[in-house]
Amino acid sequence: MKVIEIKNLVKEYSDAEVKVKAINGIDLTIEEGEFTAIVGPSGSGKTTLLNLLGGLDKPTGGEVYINGTCINNLGASQLIDFRLNNIGFVFQAYNLIPVLTAGENIEFIMELQGRPRAERRKRSVELLRAVELLDRINSRPSKLSGGQQQRVAVARALASKPKFILADEPTANLDSVSTENLLEIMEVLNHEEKVTFIFSTHDARVVRKAHRVITLEDGKIKRDEGQGTRDE
Amino acid sequence: MIWAVSWRNIWRNKLRSTVIIIAIAIGVFAGIFTWAFYRGMVIQRIQAAIISESSHIQVHHKDYLTNPDQRYVITGIDSVIISIDNLPGVEATTGRLLVTAMISSAETGSGVRLVGIHPDQEKKVTNIYDKITQGSYFESHRKTPIVIGEKLAEKLSVKLRSRVVLTLQSMDGTLTSGLFRVEGIYRTYNSVYDETNVFVRQNDLSNLIGLDNSSGHEVAILLSDNDRLDLVSMKISEAFPGLDTKSWREIMPEVSLVEESMDISMYVFLGIILAALIFGIINTMLMAVLERVKELGMLMAVGMNKLRVFFMILLETVLLSLTGGVVGIIAGYIVTVFFKHRGIDLSRWAEAYEKLGYETVIYPVTNLDIDLKVALMVLITGILASLYPAWKAIQLKPAEALRIDI
Repeated sequence: MKVIEIKNLVKEYSDAEVKVKAINGIDLTIEEGEFTAIVGPSGSGKTTLLNLLGGLDKPTGGEVYINGTCINNLGASQLIDFRLNNIGFVFQAYNLIPVLTAGENIEFIMELQGRPRAERRKRSVELLRAVELLDRINSRPSKLSGGQQQRVAVARALASKPKFILADEPTANLDSVSTENLLEIMEVLNHEEKVTFIFSTHDARVVRKAHRVITLEDGKIKRDEGQGTRDE
Repeated sequence: MIWAVSWRNIWRNKLRSTVIIIAIAIGVFAGIFTWAFYRGMVIQRIQAAIISESSHIQVHHKDYLTNPDQRYVITGIDSVIISIDNLPGVEATTGRLLVTAMISSAETGSGVRLVGIHPDQEKKVTNIYDKITQGSYFESHRKTPIVIGEKLAEKLSVKLRSRVVLTLQSMDGTLTSGLFRVEGIYRTYNSVYDETNVFVRQNDLSNLIGLDNSSGHEVAILLSDNDRLDLVSMKISEAFPGLDTKSWREIMPEVSLVEESMDISMYVFLGIILAALIFGIINTMLMAVLERVKELGMLMAVGMNKLRVFFMILLETVLLSLTGGVVGIIAGYIVTVFFKHRGIDLSRWAEAYEKLGYETVIYPVTNLDIDLKVALMVLITGILASLYPAWKAIQLKPAEALRIDI
């Protein structure tokens, strides 16, 4: 089942003098359960593509379909609701809410969805168990290591039961042990719960784990290797 | 959870938040305490004016107040007094004669308002008897006693038992005079009143001016409760349509004006304080928003809509303001209660205060209604102060905000 389908996607940045095509006519389909890495040199358009897939930015041309819905046509507030219910985000700098505990960070997303307190509590416990941080449920981010914070961020991204998770350089700030732990957890979630992961990365360890690797260069897909899930 | 987030966000920068909370607390404390002080001063002025000078209600001949000619008397004043005494809410009633006279001692003279009273009845209505500093309040059985104010005694250079001569117009228009002996000297909070009001027995005065005892110029009425003022005034007016019934508000419009303008003055005063504070609050919240651009971008990226982001910033600002406001109100209340019993002694400036008719020891008055109004004003200040920072927050674009490194 197609989770994402993009057609002839273009994103152009311009100022008074120069026009730059950060994404230059990309066609791409991502199926449910894929574990996809987007790689490429700096300035190749990785983050721009992720922002367009996540509805954080509007394309200059082309269309982005998520689960059959063309998100280009959604208004600003509709897009926010759409992101809340369909897309999970993991950021390079973790970006947890510093004044909330690990458990509250996860519950916060579900509260935005209007889910009842008991359900929020139950799911936050399940997710923290899945990322092996249940014992840190009442710890604030400042009391967690970088790797632990990123695992909480993954759990938070899963809290809303999204169609897929976008991760922008998720291991960029982690040491090798934390990177291994995080990748292992993401692989398990992908394999056992069919969670679709799409991440941009420079990290060779992450690329090695990916089942599909899309290489961007100058805003275009240069290579697309290993399309399909691990089971396939 | 958004309440918890907002509250905890306030304490992310403890020093900055504490500084603005203290600033708000000081401003609100100043407002609350000044209000309580001013209210106490005005209430004391009104109570003193009623109990020593005017009483709650006065009844006169219908032309007397526009032209205070001593011929405009209330005839059959005793029956008027009895009728009014029976009205519910009336504590005590007394009749008076009022004559303008010249009082002279061996050294000098002065114009005065001569009040002929029934001492026993007058004691129930006014408290001049309680303000006697020398001598007594018509307790001796000497002939033609007079009670004068301390200020007048100084002016005339007279002492107890000194003789003074009163020169006045009799009812037939001829000048007459009488010899009186100083039996008591009083001192109220109002030096102007003390210098211009002297008291004699009504019989002595009516004999002097040739007026029968069943007539008088004024009926003074003390009520059990000021809240009944309008109702009792209306009933007296209905019962005696031919007479002029006036409440203390009409008799002493300057005192009434002070009462009416008090709250407006204090709203303006507190409004100015809060208007100055609003800029400090805006600055604090703007810094809080600008420091959290990336976090706000993340919140919008993961699905927090603009209304919620706006509400979160508004809530933070309101909680910050209310924390300062509550601290200020509590501090104001505690200090007011302390001085409520102890009083604030302004006797260093006694002369100036007494000329204006104010007492020199002020007892501030606590008032829950005022505290709630101040809390409401702080709430409104918080909401107004939040608008610009909250608007700045919702202008952020998630993709751009997430790229910013702070």
